[in-house]
Amino acid sequence: MDDPLVIGGERFVSRLIMGTGGVGSMEALEQALRVSGAELTTVALRRVDPASSGSVLEVVERLGCRVLPNTAGCHTARDAVVTARLAREAFDTPWVKLEVIGDDRTLLPDAPELLDAAEQLVDDGFTVLAYTNDDPVLARRLEEAGCAAVMPLGSPIGSGAGIRNPYNLAIILERAEVPVILDAGIGTASDAAIAMELGCDGVLLASAVTRARHPAMMAESMRRAVEAGRLAHLAGRIPRRLYAEASTPVEGMPDLRRRSRAS
Amino acid sequence: MLNGRPTRLRTGVTVAELVARQVGDPQRPGVAAALNGQVLPREAWPRTEVSDGDAVEVLTASQGG
Repeated sequence: MDDPLVIGGERFVSRLIMGTGGVGSMEALEQALRVSGAELTTVALRRVDPASSGSVLEVVERLGCRVLPNTAGCHTARDAVVTARLAREAFDTPWVKLEVIGDDRTLLPDAPELLDAAEQLVDDGFTVLAYTNDDPVLARRLEEAGCAAVMPLGSPIGSGAGIRNPYNLAIILERAEVPVILDAGIGTASDAAIAMELGCDGVLLASAVTRARHPAMMAESMRRAVEAGRLAHLAGRIPRRLYAEASTPVEGMPDLRRRSRAS
Repeated sequence: MLNGRPTRLRTGVTVAELVARQVGDPQRPGVAAALNGQVLPREAWPRTEVSDGDAVEVLTASQGG
């Protein structure tokens, strides 16, 4: 079935976007990324660590994945904009996963700074995929600012708490005209499937795979969950009912009540 | 300051030399440099000399969500 995810004019077969943070070794990361089937993967920009073994960039490029630099750790619009520009220099891409954090304990986005950064980056020619709260108004403002995708959280980053407010997500999905990617909070395969069943265009996750006991196995389960959820969404689920509705027809039932033989 | 550490350097050292010192090959992809909080494009590295009190950041890809 030809059902690509289109972001900023680019087509992706896979609707699973993988983060690369949290995995112990480059080998484990490479294996998990390969199995996930992801075509878009996030990387961060950090001070050079001469002690680090292997390069995450080499792994991502070897697998033919497109690099999506993030602005993780930025707390102000200014820091995020400079980080995105540095990433554009480093990775030769105008794409950015914009993340502006307002609070270290929850890692929830700082709405005013996020919107400010999004406007500046769009003006500067970036393709902005904005990590946002599950707030329909903010999502709409980000879309109006020119973001190529809005990426509401299911629950806080790394919490594995799943989708805490499916109703807000439904409102965002109903109104959005750019792709909506569920970003953050996925704990296990069913969370990813639910996101896709609700109508999300894709799922971005990292910890759920990289911190799983068997990252590659979880990567495979996420790939299947995203595909299954997407199919279920397209197929159209049945309504929820309080009472049963027989699937076997009632017509044509024989009358088997015991009767006295006619004499 | 080089990547947040006070560093004593000879006069006239360029950003290109500092990048090479940090990552080996200055042509290596996936590297960016900032001078005093501003992006310094790769083309400008060889001709940009670092002065006393400057802050240089040499950054590269790392794992991230």
